[in-house]
Amino acid sequence: MDRRQPSVQQRNYLILDKFVERYRGRPGGLVRILFKAQELFGHLSPEVQAYVAEKMDLPVSHIYGVATFYSHFITRPPGKYSIGVCTGTACYVKNAQTVLERLQTLLGIKKGDTTPDGTFSLRTTRCLGACSLSPVITVNDDLVGEVTPDKLADIIRRCREVETKEEKERVPERRGPQRDERAAPPGP
Amino acid sequence: MYRSAADLNATKERLRPVLEERLQEGQLAMPTQVLVCTGVGCLSAGSQEVMAALKREIKSRGLNVTVTHTGCYGYCKMGPLLLVYPGGVFYRQVSPGDAPRLVQQHLAGGEPVENLLYREPGREPVLFVGDVPFFRKQMRVVLANAGLINPEDIEEYIARDGYAALSRVLAEYSPEEVIDVVTRSGLRGRGGAGFSTGKKWAFTREAKAHPKYIVCNADEGDPGAFMDRAILEGDPHGVLEGMLIAGYAVGASEGWVYVRAEYPLAVRRLEIAVRQARHAGLLGKNILGSGFSFDIDLCLGAGAFVCGEETALLRSAMGERGEPRPRPPYPAEAGLWGKPTVINNVETLANIPLILRRGWEWFAAIGTERSKGTKIFSIAGQINNTGLIEVPMGTSLRTIVYDIGGGVPAGRNLKAVQTGGPSGGCVPAELLDVPVDYESLAELGTIMGSGGLIVLDESNCMVDITRFYLDFAGEESCGQCTPCRVGVQRMVEILDRITGGRAREEDLRELEDLAHDVKETSLCGLGQTAPNVVLSTLRYFRPEYLAHIRERRCPAGVCKQLLC
Repeated sequence: MDRRQPSVQQRNYLILDKFVERYRGRPGGLVRILFKAQELFGHLSPEVQAYVAEKMDLPVSHIYGVATFYSHFITRPPGKYSIGVCTGTACYVKNAQTVLERLQTLLGIKKGDTTPDGTFSLRTTRCLGACSLSPVITVNDDLVGEVTPDKLADIIRRCREVETKEEKERVPERRGPQRDERAAPPGP
Repeated sequence: MYRSAADLNATKERLRPVLEERLQEGQLAMPTQVLVCTGVGCLSAGSQEVMAALKREIKSRGLNVTVTHTGCYGYCKMGPLLLVYPGGVFYRQVSPGDAPRLVQQHLAGGEPVENLLYREPGREPVLFVGDVPFFRKQMRVVLANAGLINPEDIEEYIARDGYAALSRVLAEYSPEEVIDVVTRSGLRGRGGAGFSTGKKWAFTREAKAHPKYIVCNADEGDPGAFMDRAILEGDPHGVLEGMLIAGYAVGASEGWVYVRAEYPLAVRRLEIAVRQARHAGLLGKNILGSGFSFDIDLCLGAGAFVCGEETALLRSAMGERGEPRPRPPYPAEAGLWGKPTVINNVETLANIPLILRRGWEWFAAIGTERSKGTKIFSIAGQINNTGLIEVPMGTSLRTIVYDIGGGVPAGRNLKAVQTGGPSGGCVPAELLDVPVDYESLAELGTIMGSGGLIVLDESNCMVDITRFYLDFAGEESCGQCTPCRVGVQRMVEILDRITGGRAREEDLRELEDLAHDVKETSLCGLGQTAPNVVLSTLRYFRPEYLAHIRERRCPAGVCKQLLC
């Protein structure tokens, strides 16, 4: 699944090493280190958890315990477009459930899953505090408010268009997309 | 670098003309300033683009008008919002395409653009912000700077008397005197439980161990609540100043803001504020030449509702799983790294500089006998004016929902107001005249909580809402104690049977019994308060439960399994 260039991977581990060095032994350090690891690698894979455990001289079970306690940390790779459906109360009373069902149909995946091509992943989020715009979804770091079924279809379609365009423009000899950074959703 | 009160004053005097213009409201004048709201609501409605377009137009015409971004005005429904000063002309739902006309007609010509003004159906447009009904009945004290100053500029905060309270406290007050002022003011914790802030500080001051810590609880986990977010995004220095004063009062030299990672903008503005305060010498060693040293760092919450509970928050801040522990010992004795710790909510801390600056008498004169000051509420759900408001304690729910919130959308009737998030309960429409204070809400079986109000109308099923909250509590339960881990789950199952048309009347008794058991025997606040929503809906909406059970019917038409 991971099509990143080896050099990027190695560089990320080096950055993580420095970070561990700075925060190891400091109380509160582990959560900070996991934040950094997820920022670098996109998710906390078993390999990354084991790496952090070794570096911090802690059992892997301890790392796993902390990583799975918090909803921010994910242990499976997200799609290039990670879609989050807010399930806070204000969104719930404005039919967030329907929004989620509609997205599951549109993408053909269940919540918590990623499309086979790695383009989209779908999850639910806790309240994002944007209650006055409910129902709300996020596409990577961007917030989209007052979503309707039509708006959803439109968002997905535009993301797909960008993907197809990128696919066509890609130089033949380059292998696979560079996945260092998650893409921003296309503007309206 | 600020070394004395005189330095602070110099900045204030320098910026005075600019800030005073922003306070001149109600009279039309040639515009010199435009304030654009960059709260989350307005941002996602495109206020950034509006701001860019305005700047471009202003530049191309060579006008001498400044454009400043501010925190949240609260009227999120109407975003993007902007205000033109002097005068305070209020524009709503502005798009980048409106910029040329706005600049030409109003900023250059002095003539307001009518179709961008606020207008109620069938009424004349409203010109000035103070005349908009949403703002008229509010009392913006803690939120006074949100929407007025640039939250990323410490000088604008100082120009609004920012850090003046700290400066005075350091020069004139003993720590005991500070605690005395806060105690006398009657300030109670705004995070939910309503404990006296002054007493909390006094306990921590008395504790023998050292060092001591100040923790700001910015893990606003209640779904449907975004007060703390607005304060952090609109006026972050107010919170830092509150922490500094708390640190001086209890004898701490280190503070932590535990803030949710779900609030990236709040995190960014806090980081900027901390950096600027350090650079200005208002954080660090020997602050304002007083010998008092204090520094603040951020700690990111990684998403767990239970971490709003103070003992869980402490564990999480120390990098562990955020699991609560029994109290005592309270954090005032054994908190962060086992040392005496004050944990205050964002809104509580934001009140502190105001109390020290204006006096406890001023604060105590606002509100009711036992609930002093103002309270910020977020109003959302089935209501016309969703957003963020600040009112004196004791304001009735009716005033909030109808006069400020504009009532429920046309053609439907209000059914209930849910207060206190997953720890609270539901107030039915017929009790809407209840004054909002700690005691009155507790009498109705709900709590003030952190201030999230969710308005429900006939299209919402109370059993379904109850199920939603309990399901949330069940998922967020840390799993340590049996009443919460198992009891809440059993209640969810009973509610599943009711909404699925498979329940018997005995189930209601079991639900009620279980609710009492879980409430009385759970380890922490999460389990102790999760049954509130069950008990309050059983108290006020029993017929709706019975319709599901006896007639296999959902009166609101929500429960899908009962539809066919």
